[in-house]
Amino acid sequence: MTEPVLEARALNKRFGAVVASDQVSLVLHSGEIHALIGPNGAGKSTLLKQLAGETASDSGEVFLSGQSLQGLDAVHRAKAGIARSFQISSIIPALTCEQNVLLSFEARERRIFRFFRPALGNLSSLEAASDYLLRVGLAGREGVIAAELSHGERRRLELAMVLALKPAVFLLDEPMAGLGPEGTGEIRSLLQDLRKEAPMLLVEHDMDAVFALADRISVLVYGKVIASGTPNEIKSNSAVQEAYLGDDI
Amino acid sequence: MSVSLFAEQLLNGLQFGIMLFLMSAGLTLVFGVMGLINLAHGSFYMVGAFACAAMASALGSFWLGLAASLATAAIAGVLVETIIVRRLYHRDHLDQVLATFALILVFSEGTRWLFGSFPIFLNIPDILSGTIDLPFGIAYSKYRLFIIAVGILIAGGLYFLIAKTRLGVQIRAGEADREMISALGVNIARLNTIVFGLGAALAGFAGAMVGAIQSVEVGMGEPILILAFVVIVIGGIGSIKGAFLASILVGLGDTLGRLFLPGFFGFFLEPSSATSVGSALASMLIYLLMAVVLFFRPGGLFGKAA
Amino acid sequence: MLRSNLVNIAVIVLLVAYAVSGEMFDAPYNITLATKVAILGMAGAGLNLALGYCGLISFGHAAFFGLGGYVAGILAVHAFNHQPIFLGWSGTNQMIAIWVFALLATGLLALLIGLLSLRTSGVYFIMITLAFAQMLYYFAISWPSYGGEDGLSTYLRNGFPGLNTMDGMSFFMVCLAWLVFVLWLSSRIINSRFGLAMQAVRENPVRLAGLGVSPFRVKLTVFVLSGMITGIAGALYTDLNRFVSPSVLSWHMSGEIMILVIIGGVATLSGPVAGAMLFIFLEQWLGGLTEFWQFWLGLMLLLVVLFARGGIIGTLNRWRAS
Repeated sequence: MTEPVLEARALNKRFGAVVASDQVSLVLHSGEIHALIGPNGAGKSTLLKQLAGETASDSGEVFLSGQSLQGLDAVHRAKAGIARSFQISSIIPALTCEQNVLLSFEARERRIFRFFRPALGNLSSLEAASDYLLRVGLAGREGVIAAELSHGERRRLELAMVLALKPAVFLLDEPMAGLGPEGTGEIRSLLQDLRKEAPMLLVEHDMDAVFALADRISVLVYGKVIASGTPNEIKSNSAVQEAYLGDDI
Repeated sequence: MSVSLFAEQLLNGLQFGIMLFLMSAGLTLVFGVMGLINLAHGSFYMVGAFACAAMASALGSFWLGLAASLATAAIAGVLVETIIVRRLYHRDHLDQVLATFALILVFSEGTRWLFGSFPIFLNIPDILSGTIDLPFGIAYSKYRLFIIAVGILIAGGLYFLIAKTRLGVQIRAGEADREMISALGVNIARLNTIVFGLGAALAGFAGAMVGAIQSVEVGMGEPILILAFVVIVIGGIGSIKGAFLASILVGLGDTLGRLFLPGFFGFFLEPSSATSVGSALASMLIYLLMAVVLFFRPGGLFGKAA
Repeated sequence: MLRSNLVNIAVIVLLVAYAVSGEMFDAPYNITLATKVAILGMAGAGLNLALGYCGLISFGHAAFFGLGGYVAGILAVHAFNHQPIFLGWSGTNQMIAIWVFALLATGLLALLIGLLSLRTSGVYFIMITLAFAQMLYYFAISWPSYGGEDGLSTYLRNGFPGLNTMDGMSFFMVCLAWLVFVLWLSSRIINSRFGLAMQAVRENPVRLAGLGVSPFRVKLTVFVLSGMITGIAGALYTDLNRFVSPSVLSWHMSGEIMILVIIGGVATLSGPVAGAMLFIFLEQWLGGLTEFWQFWLGLMLLLVVLFARGGIIGTLNRWRAS
C-alpha cells in the first residue's frame, strides 16, 4: 500500500473538562475523498484546526506525505501544502474576487513581499486568477467586491482561493453549509472536479452529498472515531446507527 | 541609606499604588463590562480634584470637598455615559479612542476656562497634617497614611461589591458574556451607567485625595491615566484582582526605582552621569516591566489571552 | 480610481496654491503653515499605512515622529558645536545625511516596538504602543544632555545642496517633495501584491495565515515602514522649528497624528493631508477667536466621530459618487 498523503496519529485535545479529540487517527490517500461526519459538537472543526495547525494538539502527530508537521503553525502547514476552507466563508471582503484569488495565487508563488509593481500588473497571474474563477463558476465576476457577493458565491470564491494554492491536501469545513438544493448540487460537482487536484478531507452535514462523494467515511462522536470505512460499511455499522445516523436518517 | 528612609519610600510607593488602583478599577471594569477604551477617565480624576478644591475653599471643609469630589465625578460620569459614551459601545476601538480623546480636550479646556491655568493648592485638614510615629522610629505623614487606609477600605468594599452583591453578580456576568446578561433579564443600559458612574466616582475621589499632596491643575489626570493603562495591561484587562496587584507593583516599582537606580549606577559611573542615567531609567522602569510581562503573558497577569 | 485621484491632486494643488500665495503677498507665515501641513500630512500618511490599510491602531506614533526629530536636532547641535558624538565624529548639518540616520533610527525603533507589541492585538496593542511612546517621552525629559524638559535649539536649519533652506519657500519645496514622494510610494505599496496582504491582515488574518503568509511578518513590515515615514516627518519638523522638545514625543502628538488621519479619512491616500489642513486651519481660525479653541475642537471631533464617519475624503468620494 502506498504512503498516505495525510495521516493523523493519536491526536488529543482537551479544553478544560471537555475532550475535543480523543486519540484520533485517520489517513487520507491520494485521489480520495475522506468524509468526516458526526453530531454537532463532536469535535470535527477542532480536528481540522489541529490538522491545519491553528490549534496545537495536546499530543499526537500529523504527517504530510510522510513528513512530520510537528511544531509547524498554520502558516507553515499552509506552505507545506495543506489548504483549508472554513465553516463560515473566509475571504477578504474589501478586495475584489480577482484580488482575492490573486492574493492566494501569489502567496502560493511566494511573491507576497513585492512592494512596487501593481498586483494587477502581471498578465499571467491575472489569467490564472480568471481561470480559477471560471472553474468555480464565477467567470465575469472578477471586478466585484467580495463583500457584495451572495452567500453561495462566497463559498465558491473561497474554493477558488483554496484551489489557487495548488495544495497537496484539501481540508474543507462544511462547504455546503447554508446553501439551497441547487447550490448544494453545484458545489457537489465542483468537489468532484477538485478531487482531481488533491485528496480531500471533507466535514459535511449533508448526508446525500457525503454518501455520493466519499470513498471513505469516519464517524466522530465526542472526539472519538467510532467507525471508519467505505460508505456501505458505515451505513451498516450498528454503532454508527445507534450513535448518530439513527437520529438523522 | 537609613531604614527609616527606606520604610518611608516603601509606604510612599504603597500609597501611590493604592491611588493607581482607584484609577485603574474603573478603567478595567468599563473595559471588561462594556468593551470600551476610555481615554477620558483621567478627566474624572481632574474633575474630582477641582470639585474638592472649589468646595473646600467655599465651605472651608476638606471633608465636604471630598464628598463633593465623589458626587461631582459620579454625576459627570453618568452624564458622559448617557449622552456620549453609550453610543460608542458598538463602535470599533478607533472611534472609541478618538471620541474619548475629544472628551479630554473638552474637559481640560472647559476646566481651564472655569478655573484658569494656575495650579490650585488644597489644604490638608489640621487633624491629618504632620507626621505620626510608627514603630522602629519611623515618622510618616499622617495624611499619606490616611490615603493608604482609605484606599484599602475602598478596595475591600469593591471586592465585597463584586463578590457578594447582586450588582457584582451582574458585573461579573457582563464580563464573562455580554449576551448572557440580557438573557438573564438584566437592564444592561442601567448596569452600564452604574459601572461607568462608579468608575468615575473612584477616579474623582483619587484625584481629590492626591490633589491635596500635589496640586490641582488642568492636565493632572493624564500622567496617571497612562500609568493606569500600564496597570490594567499588566494586570490583565477586565480583572479587578489583576488591577490591584499590578497597581501595587507599579507603585512600588516606580517609587523604589527612583530611589535606588541612581545609587545603583553610582557603583560604576561617575556621580553626575549616574544620577542622569539612573533617573532616566527609573522613569522608564514600569514600561519595561510591562514589556517583560507582555512578552511572557500577552494577556497580562490575570487576563484572558489577548 | 479616477475620482479619488482627482481628489488627491486637488488636495496637493490647494496646498501649493496656499504656499505660493504666501510668497506672492509677502506673507511668510502662510508658507510656514503650508510647510507644517505638508509635514504633519506626511506623518499622518505614515500612520495611515499601519492604521488605515493594515488595521494596526498605533497610539504611539509620536515615538517615531519624536525620535526622527531628536536625531535631526542632536546631529545638528553637535555639528554646530563641533562637539564629537562618537569616535570623533561630530554630527552633521546636511539634511540628506540626517534623513539617512533618522530612517535607520526610527526603523530600528519600530522593529523593536513592533516585535514586542505586534504579539498582541486589539486594546492591548493600542495601550502598548502608547506606553512605549511614553517611555521615550519620559526618557527625553529626564535625560539632561540634550536639554531635558526644555528641549534643544538647533539655531540654523540644516542644509540641502543647492538650496537656501532658511528661505521658507525653498524649505516648503523640500517638504512638499517628500510628501508627494510618500504619497506616491504609499499608492504603489497599497496597489502592490503586498498591499493585498496588508488589507487581508486588516480584514481576515486567519485566512492570510491559511494561505501560507505570516500575518505577523506583514504587520511588522508595515509597522517599520510606517514608523520610518513618520520619523522623516519628525526630522523635517525639527528643521521647520529649528527646535525640538519632548512635546513631539508626548501622547498628545500621537493623538494629533491620529486625529489628522481620522478626520481626513482613514485608508484614503490624501486623507491625512486634508486632515492636516483642516487641523491647522481650525487651530489658526478658532485659536484667533478664543483662547480655548481646543474645547471647540473637541466638540467638533465628537460630532465627527458620532455622525460623520469616513472623514473628509471619504465624504467627498461618497458625494462625488452619488
